Amino acid sequence: MVISPHPVSPLGLTLSHISHSYDMPSGTRPVLDDVSLDIAPGEFVALIGPSGCGKSTLLRLVAGLETPDTGEVLAEDVLVTEPDPSRIIMFQDPTLYPWRTVRGNISLGLDIRGERNPEAVAAAIRLVGLEDFAKAWPHQLSGGMAQRVALARALINSPRLLILDEPLGKLDSLTRLAMQTELFRLWKRQGFTALMVTHDVEEALLLASRVIVFSPRPARILADIHVNWPEPRHRENPRLQELRAHILEQLETGISNIAAS
Amino acid sequence: MQNSQTISEPTRTSAIRTKTGNPGPVPAPFWPWLAGPAWLLAALLTWKLPDGDDFPDTDRFALLLLAVGLCLLILTATRRLKGRAPWALALGLGLGLWEVVQAKFLLLPRPFFGTPQDLLDVFLTDWRRLGDSLFHSLLLLAIGYASGSVLGIITGVALGRSHHVRYWVRPLMRLIGPLPPVALLPLTFVIFPSTRLTGEVLMALAAGFPAAVLTWSGVSAVDPAYYDVARTMGASNRFLVLRIALPAATPQIFVGLFMGLGSSFAMLVVAEMLGVKSGLGFYMQWAQGWAAYPNMYAALLVMSVMCTTLMTLLFKLRDHFLKWQKNGLKW
Repeated sequence: MVISPHPVSPLGLTLSHISHSYDMPSGTRPVLDDVSLDIAPGEFVALIGPSGCGKSTLLRLVAGLETPDTGEVLAEDVLVTEPDPSRIIMFQDPTLYPWRTVRGNISLGLDIRGERNPEAVAAAIRLVGLEDFAKAWPHQLSGGMAQRVALARALINSPRLLILDEPLGKLDSLTRLAMQTELFRLWKRQGFTALMVTHDVEEALLLASRVIVFSPRPARILADIHVNWPEPRHRENPRLQELRAHILEQLETGISNIAAS
Repeated sequence: MQNSQTISEPTRTSAIRTKTGNPGPVPAPFWPWLAGPAWLLAALLTWKLPDGDDFPDTDRFALLLLAVGLCLLILTATRRLKGRAPWALALGLGLGLWEVVQAKFLLLPRPFFGTPQDLLDVFLTDWRRLGDSLFHSLLLLAIGYASGSVLGIITGVALGRSHHVRYWVRPLMRLIGPLPPVALLPLTFVIFPSTRLTGEVLMALAAGFPAAVLTWSGVSAVDPAYYDVARTMGASNRFLVLRIALPAATPQIFVGLFMGLGSSFAMLVVAEMLGVKSGLGFYMQWAQGWAAYPNMYAALLVMSVMCTTLMTLLFKLRDHFLKWQKNGLKW
């Protein structure tokens, strides 16, 4: 197998005292409240929290699609102010361009930078096992295949940080299991840093080396859990069940605190 | 995926066929064989029945019918007529009927209703002027429609992407856009030095407004995530406009182009009938002035062939650009 996209040197990330709010018709709505976080190069970090708590906003800030009201995002000590191909984001929807074939979608990053590299495109297609669908249009793909195309489209840029906004959220449970394995394998192989928002505690514990639990909006960090156990990880692992209960408890306390105040 | 669909189709029909107990090959229907003879019959009637008046080219018209009839017979024999057979049959019978009704028995009031050979005569004797008129119409249409469409699409993209353009251009669009361009005719004849330029400007307006509005609506409807995906990979504003906004809006843009083409046709005829001294509209106006009705019909026929051909070309263009879409209307 051709080893391209190549394994990369992962990106370290520092978020310091980030607060952010959105202007709504009803006034400003704070979504992030003084969030500070250090992510070591090569970590797989899962962010968990109630829906609408501001996790996705945090990802957009890290990607450079928006800049925070206060606080700063540093990627290896460089201030993040705009998007950069070293930090690629993947959304819950595959957001493939319907007017491009699978191959055309995957080569998007290369086209944008004016590079031509059919080898890399072919390798990326192989990486996600879609050799037979290179010429297919997005509307001909199943949900899982479309998300694999999105994954290949992200990986062809050799990102040093992969930002995942509930990438498996809309898949059926079987496809989801297969994609979890795939994602984990690719993270192991390519060596990028991964930052993933998910609603699935079990998914977080199976994939991530670290799980961050957020409070309801405006998001604050409730817990920072390092998950160190041998691979392959199994759902039945008693330690996983233990941690899962712990995290769910944290989430419930966070919600009831808000309700009480 | 597509393959599996196309494969499953015949198997299903054959299953139905065995169920109804009719496994043998279907005999070729005999009635496509009627199409050629219908034309031959029309030729015979044209040739043998005496004309009701002194018409030109009766023999040539009979010859034409004969030639088409023979061609149809050959096409039937080589099984290339297929689905067009009913139309070929109906056309042959229709032409024969027209010939008998009008050229032989003079049943409809003349000169308003002409005979088939009158029409043929116009094409045989006046083809040079008809061709010239067609050329001038096409030229006027091409310049007006093309420039209007291009400007419309550019305006639409600018409206969809820029607050400033929206602020300044939208009120103008709302004021002038819904006005039928024809209403501007008296004004533009005064403003512009030549009637030809006037026609082009009005046609550009007729084509430009729908193109601009629909491009605008298409560009505003682009999923913002499409832009985010490209931006994280380092896309420039130019890439976002040309490679994302435009292709994403293409289905809408073509709706605008179709609407614009329709209004351009209308504008073309009006411009040529009222001011421009060339083209099919002018020819028609002139023919009607001289009560040369066959010439008028001939020009009308040429015009409708021109319009439908241009429509077809636009559909082909759309099919090419939108081949990624699941399905589309067939013209």
